Amino acid sequence: METTMERPGRLREFWYYFRENRGAVIGLSVFVVFVLVAIFADLLAPHDPTQQYRDHLLRPPAWSEGGDWSFPLGTDPLGRDLLSRLIHGARYSAFVGVVVVTVAASVGILIGLLSGFAPRWGDTIIMRIMDIILAFPSLLLALVLVAILGPSLTNAMIAIAIVQQPHYVRLTRASVINERTRDYVTSARVAGAGIWRLMFKTVLPNCLAPIIVQGALSFSTAILDAAALGFLGMGAQPPTPEWGTMLAEAREFILRAWWVVTFPGIAILITVLAINLMGDGLRDALDPKLKRS
Amino acid sequence: MIKYFLSKLLTFVPTFFGVTLISFAFIRVLPGDPIIVMAGERGLSDERYAELSAEYGFDRPILVQYWDYLTGVLQGDLGESFVTKKPVWDEFFALFPATLELALCAMVFAVVLGLPAGVIAAVNRGKLFDRTLMSTALVGYSMPIFWWALLLIIVFSGNLGWTPVSGRISLLYYFDTLTGFMLIDSLLSGQDGAFMSAVNHLVLPSIVLGTIPLAVIARQTRSAMLEVLSEDYIRTARAKGLAPVEVNGLHALRNALIPVITVIGLSVGTLMGGAILTETIFSWPGIGKWMLDSIFRRDYPVVQGGLLLIAVFVMIVNLTVDVLYGFINPKIRKR
Repeated sequence: METTMERPGRLREFWYYFRENRGAVIGLSVFVVFVLVAIFADLLAPHDPTQQYRDHLLRPPAWSEGGDWSFPLGTDPLGRDLLSRLIHGARYSAFVGVVVVTVAASVGILIGLLSGFAPRWGDTIIMRIMDIILAFPSLLLALVLVAILGPSLTNAMIAIAIVQQPHYVRLTRASVINERTRDYVTSARVAGAGIWRLMFKTVLPNCLAPIIVQGALSFSTAILDAAALGFLGMGAQPPTPEWGTMLAEAREFILRAWWVVTFPGIAILITVLAINLMGDGLRDALDPKLKRS
Repeated sequence: MIKYFLSKLLTFVPTFFGVTLISFAFIRVLPGDPIIVMAGERGLSDERYAELSAEYGFDRPILVQYWDYLTGVLQGDLGESFVTKKPVWDEFFALFPATLELALCAMVFAVVLGLPAGVIAAVNRGKLFDRTLMSTALVGYSMPIFWWALLLIIVFSGNLGWTPVSGRISLLYYFDTLTGFMLIDSLLSGQDGAFMSAVNHLVLPSIVLGTIPLAVIARQTRSAMLEVLSEDYIRTARAKGLAPVEVNGLHALRNALIPVITVIGLSVGTLMGGAILTETIFSWPGIGKWMLDSIFRRDYPVVQGGLLLIAVFVMIVNLTVDVLYGFINPKIRKR
């Protein structure tokens, strides 16, 4: 009789380690809620986010004096329902995160792979260009890029993706160089695998762990940076219910109406915190070197 | 050591030229013709346009323009502001001390709290203190600092009335700037209460700007300490009967500091980015606010020059950290 030992599936092994980290599981749950809110914003929001109720300007949250349960978190200076705006804001943040990570990661991974496989001079040129981009503080560079492209959410996303992709390039290149000298790559090469096959089929899958972790981190950074640009008037433009833009609009009311300032910030903080918790868990689960630290 | 320093310097030079190239390119791709922008609402005749074009050298081949720009930069000539007509170089260095003072105070805040917090967390690994501290650090790390600033203003300036909302010092005091650092200048002025007023104005912005570096330093110190604490020489030190304070403080922390110093150095870029937000909210007359205002005013020479000077400043700090790192860690130097 033959007994076979089956290796547990990769996903199951990952989940086993991920589950051990309580913070990561909480982060993941919050993130799932965030994504659901973003998807079903139209169904969940009690009001239209841009509808102005002129009789209800700056109404405080329902539980405080003067509040009204038809506006659970109160209204903003133009009489718009804060809760509905926050719910719709989740959509913009999720969108920013997905677009920025997709663009920055795919471009960054491609350049990183090319750099890792390129002859020495090519590698040096690519890495010097990345050094140049990284020499600028990222928010400042994004700000100037948006100034060039014109302030809008789309341009903010492009700018953030541009300043984030060097991180993917560096990460991919470092793991590629590490993997390239391994036996399995040499054997694939001897077996006649072409350069593209070596890059994408042989090496890339083994470099993905740190890239996935970076993906989570840059998702949260993208949300923060987009909100910061919105706050500075260089991101989404009013009346878009983007969280950072909402904060900018609320700024002059900070001493009169605490809720218009507090809630958008809490929304940003909770989302970013959840993603970072998740990122920590991902790192622990995917990176065997750090697993027991 | 000299070889190591030279190799670092060698990577600095091409990056520097790349940075000048990028900041040069910006003014050429910005929307709107800079000369039309300068003319403002009134517009200008074709002759005057040609004249100004020649004056600023926009009519010459692009490579010649870059060469002129580069030689100018190397001589400290970054052009002059469209708005104030003052040299960009002078404006930058007049405002730079304000940003530097803020950034230094933020860093002191971050290091003074972050280092001990990380050490204590590592020594008490897994206990309640460690868990609480690391959760707090993650919250700090995830903080949208522009919102954090508004919250602190609501509580400390609005409700408690402890701190002022904007500026570097109360309007009651006036004295000449000697160093550009308000803390030092106010002390030197000898006026009663001037120093305290400067400190009061500095507290909230420093906390806001220092929050993310604080979280990063606490996390980094903890993980570096954990790594060091599991080393054999620590066990030996313990076995020899050294007091825990001596083991943790003298042996472990000294080695754990190496990666922490790198993190502190790398935070400078983050600080300069954060300075834009912090200075805007607190009306702090520094480089960050100056850059943002110039972007809104389409004052291209300022945006261009400021971008370049900030990048060069960050690069110099990083180079210094790299060299320092090689100095304290021979392993790196020998590679």
